[in-house]
Amino acid sequence: MELKSFYMAFTLYSLIQTAILCTNAIAVLHEERFLSKFGWGVDHGVGGFGDDPGIKAQILTLIRSVRTVMRVPLIIVNSACIVLLLLFG
Amino acid sequence: MDYTATQSGFRQRKLQPNMRLRTSLVDGSEGSQLFEDTSGAASGPQTGYSNQQAGPQAAGFPGQSILSDPMSNLAMAYGSSLASQGREMVDKNLDRFIPISKLKYYFAVDTVYVGKKLGLLVFPYMHENWEVSYQQDTPVAPRFDVNAPDLYIPAMGFITYILVAGLALGTQNKFSPELLGVQASSAFVWLIMEVLAVLLSLYLVTVNTDLTTIDLLAFSGYKYVGMIVGVVAGLLFGRPAYYLSLLWCCVAIFVFMIRTLRLKLLSEAAAEGRLVRGAKNQLRMYLTMSIAAAQPIFMYWLTYHLIR
Repeated sequence: MELKSFYMAFTLYSLIQTAILCTNAIAVLHEERFLSKFGWGVDHGVGGFGDDPGIKAQILTLIRSVRTVMRVPLIIVNSACIVLLLLFG
Repeated sequence: MDYTATQSGFRQRKLQPNMRLRTSLVDGSEGSQLFEDTSGAASGPQTGYSNQQAGPQAAGFPGQSILSDPMSNLAMAYGSSLASQGREMVDKNLDRFIPISKLKYYFAVDTVYVGKKLGLLVFPYMHENWEVSYQQDTPVAPRFDVNAPDLYIPAMGFITYILVAGLALGTQNKFSPELLGVQASSAFVWLIMEVLAVLLSLYLVTVNTDLTTIDLLAFSGYKYVGMIVGVVAGLLFGRPAYYLSLLWCCVAIFVFMIRTLRLKLLSEAAAEGRLVRGAKNQLRMYLTMSIAAAQPIFMYWLTYHLIR
């Protein structure tokens, strides 16, 4: 019984893995050391209080809110992942 | 017999299961044997009948010694009250995570609506009025409005797609029961990713719309209808028929999505067809186009390996 080609072997577990990896990627973007160099720091985001914040402001808000909200749950989930991968490979 | 004592006590509560029991008994001996407990079936269907008639409040237990004990009566009463309490608690907690009442709106469909909607999905060119009618600020149930999104067609379409995929894989001699699960989970994953991508892009473009997540789920699920049509045509008539029908359904879904999303995402003026300049409207137009264009891509991606 052959498995399907690789793109079809998506399971819900791979979705969870993708979600964890993406959230980790967003969480490690540091404000001062990295984002400010691109002009994406805190001071650049909160600008217009008009009706249209613009895409860049939305992305910055999203990054900042993900960092704030998901910091503690990410620690827990990552630790659980590490333990599970160590135990079960 | 003890049943005369318990009859009046249990008559109120056990009336519902009794109706079920009676109708199942009328079906004949096969029906009664399907629903009867096999512990009493050793005496045969004859005594099963007389047992049921003598103690209709037995709630399906032909062994009457269970109920003659008052302790077990108490236990049964306590158990049923515990079960109803647990059920209330589960309902209350479940409602916090999954809005059950909102979900019920999406399943309020009837046959006429489903027929019209399926026709609209395959042939959206003649339909003129795409607006969802409202009733005092809440959208009308799908039963009364063809344009309202529902979850019945996407859910049924998803299940049918998995079954048809299993059938198609069987004709290629590649079928095994695990593959059904793999197909189901991968299609589900693609659906979730698509809904998340649409949500993210809607957030980034700051569109003030009343599209909920479930609406987006419904719109993304409508493409399963086209996929099923394509795969079935391919199974019946070969590859050219698959390509032709898939092409037709892709164009139909594209037009359907654009016409439906145009009213929800774009501003009033642009939705009526007048050209409105401005970066914001252009961005929203691009967004609508890309959401609509993603549907044919997914339709092809999820079905081409089924027709070889």
